[in-house]
Amino acid sequence: MAERRGNWDKAEDDLPVYLARPGTADQVPRQKYGGLFCSVEGAFESKTIDFDALSVGQRGSRTPRTAGRETGQEAQSPVSDNKISPEGNVSPRVGIRTSGGKEVLPRDRSDRLLVKGGRIVNDDQSFHGDIYMEDGIIKQIGDNLIVPGGVKTVEANGKMVIPGGIDIHTHFQMPYRGTTTVDDFAQGSKAALAGGTTMIVDHVIPDPGCSLMEAYDQWRQWADEKTCCDYSLHVDITHWNDSVKQEVDTLIKEKGVNSFQVYMAYKDYYQMSNSELYDVFTFLAERGGIAEVHAENGEIIAEEQARMLQMGITGPEGHVLSRPEELEAEAVFRAITIASQTNCPLYVTRVMSKSAADIISQARKKGNVVFGEPITASLGTDGTHYWSKNWAKAASFVTSPPLSPDPTTPDYLNTLLSSGDLSVTGSAHCTFSVAQKAIGKDDFTQIPEGLNGVEERMSLVWDKAVTSGKMDENMFVAVTSTNAAKILNLYPRKGRIAVGSDADLVIWDTDCIRTITAKTHNSAAEYNVFEGMELRGAPQVVICQGKIVLEDGNMHIIAGVGRFIPCSPFPDFAYKRIKARKQLAVLRAVPRGMYDGPVSEFSMSRGGTPSASARTSPTKQPVRNLHQSGFSLAGNPALCGEPIIFVYETS
Amino acid sequence: LSSRAGMKNPRHSSDRLLIKGGKIVNDDQSFCADIYMEDGVIKQIGESLIVPGGVKTIDAHGRMLMPGGIDTHTRFQMPDRGMVSADDFYQGTKAALGGGTTMIIDHVVPEPGVSLITAFEQWREWADSKCCCDYSLHVDITEWHKGIQEDMEALVKDHGVNSFLVYLAYKDVFQLTDAQVYEVFSVIRDLGAIAQVHAENGDIVAEEQQKILEQGITGPEGHVLSRPEEVEAEAVNRSVTVANQTNCPLYITKVMSKSAADVIAQARKKGTVVYGEPIAASLGTDGSHYWSKNWAKAAAYVTSPPLSPDPTTPDYLNSLLSCGDLQVTGSAHCPFNTAQRAVGKDDFSLIPEGVNGTEERMSIIWDKCVVTGKMDENQFVGVTSTNAAKIFNLYPRKGRIAVGSDADLVLWDPDVTKIISAKTHHSTVEYNIFEGTEVRGGPLVVISQGKIVLEEGNIHATEGSGRFVARKPFPDYVYKRIKARSRLAELRGVPRGLYDGPVCEVSVTPKTMTPSSSAKTSPAKQPNQPVRNLHQSGFSLSGAQVDDNIPRRSTQRIVAPPGGRANITNLG
Repeated sequence: MAERRGNWDKAEDDLPVYLARPGTADQVPRQKYGGLFCSVEGAFESKTIDFDALSVGQRGSRTPRTAGRETGQEAQSPVSDNKISPEGNVSPRVGIRTSGGKEVLPRDRSDRLLVKGGRIVNDDQSFHGDIYMEDGIIKQIGDNLIVPGGVKTVEANGKMVIPGGIDIHTHFQMPYRGTTTVDDFAQGSKAALAGGTTMIVDHVIPDPGCSLMEAYDQWRQWADEKTCCDYSLHVDITHWNDSVKQEVDTLIKEKGVNSFQVYMAYKDYYQMSNSELYDVFTFLAERGGIAEVHAENGEIIAEEQARMLQMGITGPEGHVLSRPEELEAEAVFRAITIASQTNCPLYVTRVMSKSAADIISQARKKGNVVFGEPITASLGTDGTHYWSKNWAKAASFVTSPPLSPDPTTPDYLNTLLSSGDLSVTGSAHCTFSVAQKAIGKDDFTQIPEGLNGVEERMSLVWDKAVTSGKMDENMFVAVTSTNAAKILNLYPRKGRIAVGSDADLVIWDTDCIRTITAKTHNSAAEYNVFEGMELRGAPQVVICQGKIVLEDGNMHIIAGVGRFIPCSPFPDFAYKRIKARKQLAVLRAVPRGMYDGPVSEFSMSRGGTPSASARTSPTKQPVRNLHQSGFSLAGNPALCGEPIIFVYETS
Repeated sequence: LSSRAGMKNPRHSSDRLLIKGGKIVNDDQSFCADIYMEDGVIKQIGESLIVPGGVKTIDAHGRMLMPGGIDTHTRFQMPDRGMVSADDFYQGTKAALGGGTTMIIDHVVPEPGVSLITAFEQWREWADSKCCCDYSLHVDITEWHKGIQEDMEALVKDHGVNSFLVYLAYKDVFQLTDAQVYEVFSVIRDLGAIAQVHAENGDIVAEEQQKILEQGITGPEGHVLSRPEEVEAEAVNRSVTVANQTNCPLYITKVMSKSAADVIAQARKKGTVVYGEPIAASLGTDGSHYWSKNWAKAAAYVTSPPLSPDPTTPDYLNSLLSCGDLQVTGSAHCPFNTAQRAVGKDDFSLIPEGVNGTEERMSIIWDKCVVTGKMDENQFVGVTSTNAAKIFNLYPRKGRIAVGSDADLVLWDPDVTKIISAKTHHSTVEYNIFEGTEVRGGPLVVISQGKIVLEEGNIHATEGSGRFVARKPFPDYVYKRIKARSRLAELRGVPRGLYDGPVCEVSVTPKTMTPSSSAKTSPAKQPNQPVRNLHQSGFSLSGAQVDDNIPRRSTQRIVAPPGGRANITNLG
């Protein structure tokens, strides 16, 4: 490693700056800007002031200084790089200083920040440029920016500057049977920031029968008090009736929520019937929301769980045995079918298995608007740990859908992520302490589900996908940040480094190696599912809302500074296609003369396809009621005290 | 005909029959030999056979002689809302014989609330009095409770039924939930039967029907618009998943679309024990007719899943049939006449469903597959007869020309061409969905139960001569693999020490309970404990799976068929 570092530095010394590309050994990088035959670096946008200074040659003035500093640190950096530990001795390869040689200003004294000499990496291109931000917003991008005096400056030394990560799936502070997950919004968002993620999107989970709006307000309150970074919310639809429909409408129109999750698993609890899914999807398609699904066939799982328990399998391995990956794939397939019928954009949360990912990529090839979200855990580890002799360790991996026991799964998912078949990455961070997990010590179905990953997400994707050459740095930015922003309709405010965007940046150190362990992680959980994994690539400086929150391995966070970012409906990324299809999809009847021939007599006893009455027989009555409970929830919302009749009449 | 097949004696005088100079085509090979049959059973095969004098002889002149077709899916005389499908067992089997099919397997459709046994006996009664060819019965599971399970056991053990159909469509009428399907499949696996599935997502179909009716589309085109092929493929995929979980052999009836066929083909590549049954209609025509200006014609095509509007579908299905991804062919023959269809003249969802095809099935496959070179004559025998016999445990009594097999034979003329038309077909309905299709290949002589039933274009069918053929469970063709897998599939827990660490306190408020089914089950379902038992009985069966490898044949009683002593146990 040290030798390679040496080579790169030499390259920087020898080559003109427009060919120098720290972080890659490629001598002739694919570069759209700053090359010999390109016009002007950064000429496309975010142009500020000094045009002459933008010419390539001008940059040389800074190059020697950069190179010199790096050589000076040569002796030190390999050591520290190998020495891990994100908290402690990260090599100070990024200098932070104030112009004019004064002492470094305390960070909250000033809202102005200049990042100099970085290579700005967006999802479409990379280019060199300085970034000046003020009041949490990027004000200027370019070379030789004219900035006010006394601005704190971060010297990036040619390192990558990327938009802060967006973790599109977290469950911080999730209530669970009277307790909550161990990572609350403060702890969780701290872990997120430590990993280079500057925005999280949490799931609001109303209890079935409770108001979505109340749950939303509750989550807003918790999050506003505690989050250290910007956040947004998905709302889970755990039951469906007219009043829920109203609330969904209000949430979309007034509360800045544009994504709603439905469950195909958790039978008799969260699970929705196909008809309800159809209804929900139809409604979301009308209002411009994104339909997210937790895709697993809950009915079969319930049967399998009963079978496992009967066979005497009570440990965490029963969890994965009762939820084989086929059930995930089946549910994904079904969700896609319903989404395609209702012309609704679909987002599959937690893609955990090869077969589920395959179904998504096939559907995308057929033209369905579907997005797949692998999570940190499915990209980084596998389900073999469920068979660990250590109960607590095995239990810490319990999540749904479970990690696949097939050890080739992470690699496969990383490949699909790189090829664009899977679109975004989340973490589904939802950690429980061992004591909480132990609720299910005698029955795996009682183990609270969820694992960590918000802190490890960016590094893990970098290590598994970029270091291995599956994707490039731009794609990395897309899957960790930009695509999520586009789906949530937050782009370009989030997910891009551009003038006017939020000042959420990460200076990414491509070479830092650290070992993941529960001893040093920022989560409150005792186990880390990535324990012992060595990951290359880590954030060196994290800037959130224009303030430095991570530097030199030290975190400066303030709980409660996180703002709620409202998402507006009809994100172009998903809905442009949907809208065009809607216009095409008008069906027409065939005009025919009246049929005036003979008509047979028939009894309506079984007639009229969807008539519930004919179905029930005396013997069957109690049984049907059991199984129809799903319907009665939707069709007969006595719970919500409002009489309506049938599910399909609401569509 | 006399120039092609010489005839010496009138058929009624003798039960003995000799076919000389034919090319015998089985699914594995073709060879030239004479066949001598007596009492409806093939007694000798070979050259220069020594036969009694005065035997009626047919000279085949080197033409192909193949096992009579088996139509795995018919719905003759099916009751539907007080109506009955236009072809009863007499008309239907007559049409079948006219097309070279010598055995049909009909579906018993019990009304929900009626016991399976009652319905089965009703069908037996209808069929025994009217069938002109041998038949067997599938039984449809239209609801699910403890009584049904007992009925299924009785049907398998005592009544010679080894296949049950479940519906994923027809919401609130026949449709079962996934959990019920899982339980049905578990029971079927333990009984050694075949699970058949009508694969369409009934929930989505119901929603789409509603939507399309609201848009003012009431004609037959609404039928296909409300049942897009994706919905079929989804249900096929789901049933494959459930079948995999329960290690139950699966049989998809009526494969109508490319995507459904693809799902089956993929599942087979992954090793699932699944069979696909395209029908004559899906192999021979497409769904563009739903847009016909003639309402009656459009309505004649209404069946579920619908014919695909994609005109390349038949060709695609024929290709998959030829390469073995689909294995058997049925007809789903269930025609209704126009007056009956007109029940749905203002609402397509009320149009009774079903198309014709039992008579045309063999010719269509010959024309589309063999004439075009997709398959050879042996494969043709495989997909029209042998595979069906193997799957439903009729082999080698049916589906093969061998000593000891039933004398159900077809002398096939590969060169005859015929234009299919409602004017000349044997069904009673006014429309034939293959109207005007010119097919090459057809039966010249059909022999059923050792008697000539078709010659010179004339059918000599005797009403009520058809025997019920009992079928035993655990067909080898299907269950060899299932058995091996169930031995492998034993799961073991991980032995761990007792967890003695701290355990979090759990509040018992039901509202904040874990989203796990078992926890949820207890409070809500406790009052219904007896009901719960109904459903759990499936588990007790599968739990007692230790003796799974011991077939239940000890209790198997074979009903002596009325037509003779031909019995599958006679075969070597």
